[in-house]
Amino acid sequence: MSVGSEAGPRAAVGSWRLRLPATLLVGAAIVVTWLLIAMLGPAFVAHDPIAVDLAHALLRPSADHLLGTDSYGRDVLTRLMYGARTDLQMAFFGVAGPFVIGTIVGLLAGNFGGIPDAVLMRILDVTVSFPYFVLVIAIVAVLEPGLTSYYISLTLVNWVSYARLVRSEVIVLRQADFVLAAHTIGIGEIRVMSHHLLPNAISPSVVFVFTDAVLTIVLGSSLGFLGLGVQPPAAEWGVMIAEGQLYLATAWWIAVFPGIAISLLALGFSLVADGLAKLLHTAP
Amino acid sequence: MTAPLLLSVEDLAVEFETAHGPVPALQGVSFSLPQGEVLGIVGESGSGKTVACRSVMRLLSGNARILSGRIAFEGRDMLALDERELSRVRGERIAMIFQNPSTHLDPLMTVGRQVGEALQVHHGVNAQEARRQSIELLADMRIPEPERRVDAYAHQLSGGMRQRVMIAAALACKPTLLLADEPTTALDVTVQAQILDLLKRLRRERGLSIVLVSHDLGVVAQMCDSVVVMKDGKVVESGPVADIIERPRMDYTQRLIASQPALMSPASFGTHQGDPILSLDNLAVHFPQSRGVGALLAGRARHVVRAVDGVSLSLARGETLGIVGESGSGKSTIARAIVGLAPVHSGSIVFAGESVAALGGADRVRFKRAVQMVFQDPFTSLNPAFTVAQTLAEPLRRHRLCKPTEIPARVADLMRKVELPVELLTRRSGQLSGGQRQRVGIARALALEPQLIIADEVTSALDVTIQAQILGLFRKLREDMNLSLVLISHDLAVVRHLCERVAVMRGGRLVEYGATADIFDAPREAYTRELLAAIPRIAHPSPLSDATRHPA
Amino acid sequence: MDRFAFVLRRPLQLVPVLIGISLVTFILVQLMPGDPVRVMLGPRASEEAIRIVRARYGLDQPILLQYGYYIVNVLRADFGRSLAFRAPVIDVILARLVPTVCLLVYGLVLSVAFTVALSIAAARRPGAWVDQTVRLFCVAGLGLPSFWLGLMLIMLFSLRLKLFPVSGFGDSLPDVLWHLFLPALTIAIAVTPILTRNLRATLVTQSAADYAVAGRSKGLSENYVFFRHVFPNSLLPTISLLGIVVSFLIGGTVVVETVFNVPGMGQLMVRAVLLRDYFIVQGVTLFFAVGVVLTSFVVDIVTVALDPRVKL
Repeated sequence: MSVGSEAGPRAAVGSWRLRLPATLLVGAAIVVTWLLIAMLGPAFVAHDPIAVDLAHALLRPSADHLLGTDSYGRDVLTRLMYGARTDLQMAFFGVAGPFVIGTIVGLLAGNFGGIPDAVLMRILDVTVSFPYFVLVIAIVAVLEPGLTSYYISLTLVNWVSYARLVRSEVIVLRQADFVLAAHTIGIGEIRVMSHHLLPNAISPSVVFVFTDAVLTIVLGSSLGFLGLGVQPPAAEWGVMIAEGQLYLATAWWIAVFPGIAISLLALGFSLVADGLAKLLHTAP
Repeated sequence: MTAPLLLSVEDLAVEFETAHGPVPALQGVSFSLPQGEVLGIVGESGSGKTVACRSVMRLLSGNARILSGRIAFEGRDMLALDERELSRVRGERIAMIFQNPSTHLDPLMTVGRQVGEALQVHHGVNAQEARRQSIELLADMRIPEPERRVDAYAHQLSGGMRQRVMIAAALACKPTLLLADEPTTALDVTVQAQILDLLKRLRRERGLSIVLVSHDLGVVAQMCDSVVVMKDGKVVESGPVADIIERPRMDYTQRLIASQPALMSPASFGTHQGDPILSLDNLAVHFPQSRGVGALLAGRARHVVRAVDGVSLSLARGETLGIVGESGSGKSTIARAIVGLAPVHSGSIVFAGESVAALGGADRVRFKRAVQMVFQDPFTSLNPAFTVAQTLAEPLRRHRLCKPTEIPARVADLMRKVELPVELLTRRSGQLSGGQRQRVGIARALALEPQLIIADEVTSALDVTIQAQILGLFRKLREDMNLSLVLISHDLAVVRHLCERVAVMRGGRLVEYGATADIFDAPREAYTRELLAAIPRIAHPSPLSDATRHPA
Repeated sequence: MDRFAFVLRRPLQLVPVLIGISLVTFILVQLMPGDPVRVMLGPRASEEAIRIVRARYGLDQPILLQYGYYIVNVLRADFGRSLAFRAPVIDVILARLVPTVCLLVYGLVLSVAFTVALSIAAARRPGAWVDQTVRLFCVAGLGLPSFWLGLMLIMLFSLRLKLFPVSGFGDSLPDVLWHLFLPALTIAIAVTPILTRNLRATLVTQSAADYAVAGRSKGLSENYVFFRHVFPNSLLPTISLLGIVVSFLIGGTVVVETVFNVPGMGQLMVRAVLLRDYFIVQGVTLFFAVGVVLTSFVVDIVTVALDPRVKL
C-alpha cells in the first residue's frame, strides 16, 4: 500500500478517457504530410526527376528551383518528392513482412515452448550477435544491390526482433491468471492465442513498428548512399545525398535538403512511436 | 497522568497532482501522540493512512502537496523546516519502516552498510565504527550470526530478517519516534507475531513512541494505546483503542469491526456424509528445476522441488474444505493440480468417482466444466482486452450451454447472481474496482454451472469490508446452489467462517486435517497451535476462543 | 564464490552461438550467384588452378563436408584469398583492424560520456525544460542518418571552420584522436539517444523506488541517495544494453568510415561489396559477429561483478 496506489491510479479509473498524447498527433501529422507530398506533390511540379539538363546544373535555390538543382541540372525539390515515394515505400515494405512473420513465430514459440522455442532462442542468440547493419549489407551483397534485395534481407534478419518482443510478452502472459482461467474453462489453444494472448502481447511490437520504420528508412537511405540500395539515377534521398557529397563546398543544397527530408520523416515516425508507447503504457 | 505530547498533527490537508487534475488525499486530518505511546492508524486502501503517516516526516511522492495544517514534533514546526533541517530530523529523531522490506533495501549494498549509513551521515562516525554498531544493532534485533549477516545482501535474507534489518537501520541513531507503515503485512502470520513482539520490546526498552499504520484491526488492537480510523482521506473517529473497538460510534467503524474475519461466526453447516465429490490420494506435485547443460554434463541429479508431498484429503458433495498454510506450504499448488495447471507426480485425484488422470475426450471437457477455479489476484485474473460481457459469454459459447441468442440473458443472470449491476457489462477490467473484478471472476466460474469451485486466496488482495462481502457471497452461493467448495487461504479466521473441514499444510505436507471445530478447539499438532496463537486478537466480547465453542 | 564459476562455464555457452555464426557466414557465400572459386581467382584463371583451389577448400565435396572444411580453415585463420586486394583475406582484414577498433572505442567513450551527462541532467528534474530538451534530442536523434550527419559535420567543422581534417586516420595517438573526432562524434550521436532514453527512464523510476524512499527516511540527502543508491541500481540495465550498442556502433562504422575515408573494416566491407569480393564480405562479417559476442561476454562478467543477485 504505497502512496501511489492509494490515490494515483484509483483516481484515474473513474474518468477513463482516450487522451491522445501530443507527440502522437504531431508525429502522425508529419507522416501524413509526407504521404500527401509523395502522392500529390509530383503533380504540382513541372520538372522531370530523371532527365539530365546540364545547362541548368548546380543552380542555387531560386523562385524557379526552390531547392536548387543538382550536378545534372535536375530540380532538387522534384527529386525530393519522388524520393518520398521510395522512402515511404521502404518504411512500409521493410517493416510489414518482419512484423507479421515475427509476431506469428513469437506467439507460437512463446505459447508452446519446447523444442521449437529452444530453436527460436538459438536463432535469436545468433542473430543478435551480428551487427544488424552488417548482416543486412552482407545479404544485400550476395543477392544484388537494390530495393528487392533490401526487403528480402530485412525480412530474413528482422522478423527475429518482433518474434523476441512477442515471445517475451507471451511467456509472461502464459502464466497470467486470466490465461490459466481460459484453460481451466476449456478454451482451445487457438482461441487462447488469438483472443487472450495476442491482444495483450502485441503493444510493444506495435510501438516497435514505428521505431523500426525509422531504422528502416535510415538504413535504406544509407544503402542508397553507399551505392548498395536504390540505384541512380532513380530519385531516392540517400542516393541524392551521395550525389551531393562532391559538392559540399560549392553546392551545399544538393546534400542538405534530402538529409533534412530523411530526418523529418524519421522524426514523424519516431514521435508516433513515442506517443504510442505512452498511450499503450509500454514506456516508463 | 498524561505524558507530554511528542507529535501533534492538526487539520492536515494534502492533495495529489494527477493528469486528471488535483485529487485530495487528506482533508482536515488531526491526531496526536504522547511520549512513549503507540498510535494506530487503521483504514482500507485509499483511506489516506499511509499519506498521513508519511506527511509526518514530509516523505511524500513528488506530485503531493501539503495544502494546510500544522505538524508539531518535539516542539518543531515540521512544515517550516528547510531541506537541510528536515534531513537532520529524519533518521535522527524520526525513523520509518515500511511494508515491503525486500524492495525497501538497496539490493546492491550490504545490509550492514545500509544500517550504518544513518550513523555515518548523522553522527559522522567512520566506516569501521558504523560497522561495529551495525553488528550490535543487528544482534539487538535478534538476527542470528550478526557478524556474518552484516555483510549479506538483502536477497540472501528471509522476509522476517529483512524487516529486522529495516528496523535496525531505522533505530541506528536512537530516534524517539518510529513510523511503521504496514510493517507486517507482507509477512507470514507467525513471522508477523515475532516482528510485533520485537516492536513491543523496543517500545519497552527504549521508550520508543510508535505510529503504526495498518489495515489490520487485530494488529492495531494488540499493539496500540489509541487508534485513528480513516476513510477517504478523513478521520472517521479516534480515541483509546478499547473504546473504539468495544464502543465504536460511527457506522464505518462498526462495519470495519464487523468485517474482521476473526469476529465472524464460524461455519455451522455440519459435515456431510456420503460419497466424496473430490478425493486426493497420496498426491505429490514435484517441479523439476532445470539446471542447464552444465549440470547435465557434470552428471548431477536434477534438483526437484517437492511442492506437495503425500497429501490425502477428501470432500463430500456440498461441503466446503479449507486449506490453510503459510507461503510455500503448497496450498495453492494443490488447487492448481486439481484443475490441471500443475503436474501430478504421483498419487491420484478422483473427481465424482473417476480418476482425473484417466479422463479423455468428452469426459475431460465435462470435467473442465464441472470444476472451476477463482483466482487470487483480481487484477490479473481477467483479460484486460475483454469487456465483462465478453468474459462471461466466452465459457457459455465454448461449452454451447445455450443458444447464441440466449447468451445476453444468461450473462445478465450471472451478474445478478454475483450482485453486480448489468451496466458494468460494457466495461473492461481496468475500469472496475478490485471487489467488482473478483465478482466477475466468480461469475465466470459460475457460468458453467460447476459442481466444485476452487477458490485460491480469493480475498487476500481485497480490503476487509470487501472481503466480508465476497465471503458473504460465497456463503449465499453454496447454500443456493449446493456447491462444493475448496477454499485456499492463509487466514485461519476466513477458513473458520466458511469451511466445515480444514487441512493445515506446511512445507508441502499435510500437518493436520479434520472438522473445523475440532482443529480450532483442540489442535493436535504444535504447528497448528502456533498458527492459531499467532492470529492477532481483538479484545472484543466474542474473542476467537469463545466463538470456537459454537456447536458444530 | 560460486558466482564466479560461471566465468568458466559461460565460454561453453558461447559455443552454440559461434557455431550459428559460422553457419550463417557459410550459407552467405552459398547464396551468392556464380562460382565462388572463379570469383576468387578471377576470369583468367586456368581450369587447373580452379581445381586445386576447389580441393583446398573442399568445394568438390558434399555440402556438409564443405562446412567442415570451412570450420577447419577458419580455425586456421584461413578465410580465402581476396582477388581485388591480391592478398589473403585475413591479412587484408587485420591491416584494417586498428582504425576500426580505435573508432569503436572512441565512439563508445563519447557515447557513454554523453549518455551519463544527459541522463543525469534530465532525470534530476523530470518534466523540467532540460528533461524535455533531452527527450526531444532522443526522439529526433534516432532518425538522423549518420552518413548525412557526418557530411554536415565535415561541411561545418572541416570545410568552413577548418578545425578538423576532412578524412584519414593519423599516425600518433593525439593525431588519431584529432582525425577520428568527427567520425566518433557522428556514431556517438547516433547511439546516445538509445542509451539515454534507457538510462534516463531507469533513473526516474529508480529515484522513486522503495529503497530510495527508505534512504530519504533515514535522513540521507538527495544527492547521496541519487549517487550512492539510485545511480548504481540504474546502471545495471543500461550496461546490459552495451552489447547491443556495440553492434549498433559497428553498423555505424560501416557508414562513417566511408564518409570520413577511415581505412578500417567498415570501409573495407563496402568496397568489397561493390567489388563483389565475397570472401572479404564473409570474413568481415564473421569478425564483427565474433567481436559482438566477445563484448557481450565481457558485459556479462561486469554484470556479475556488480550485481550480487546474479547467479548464472
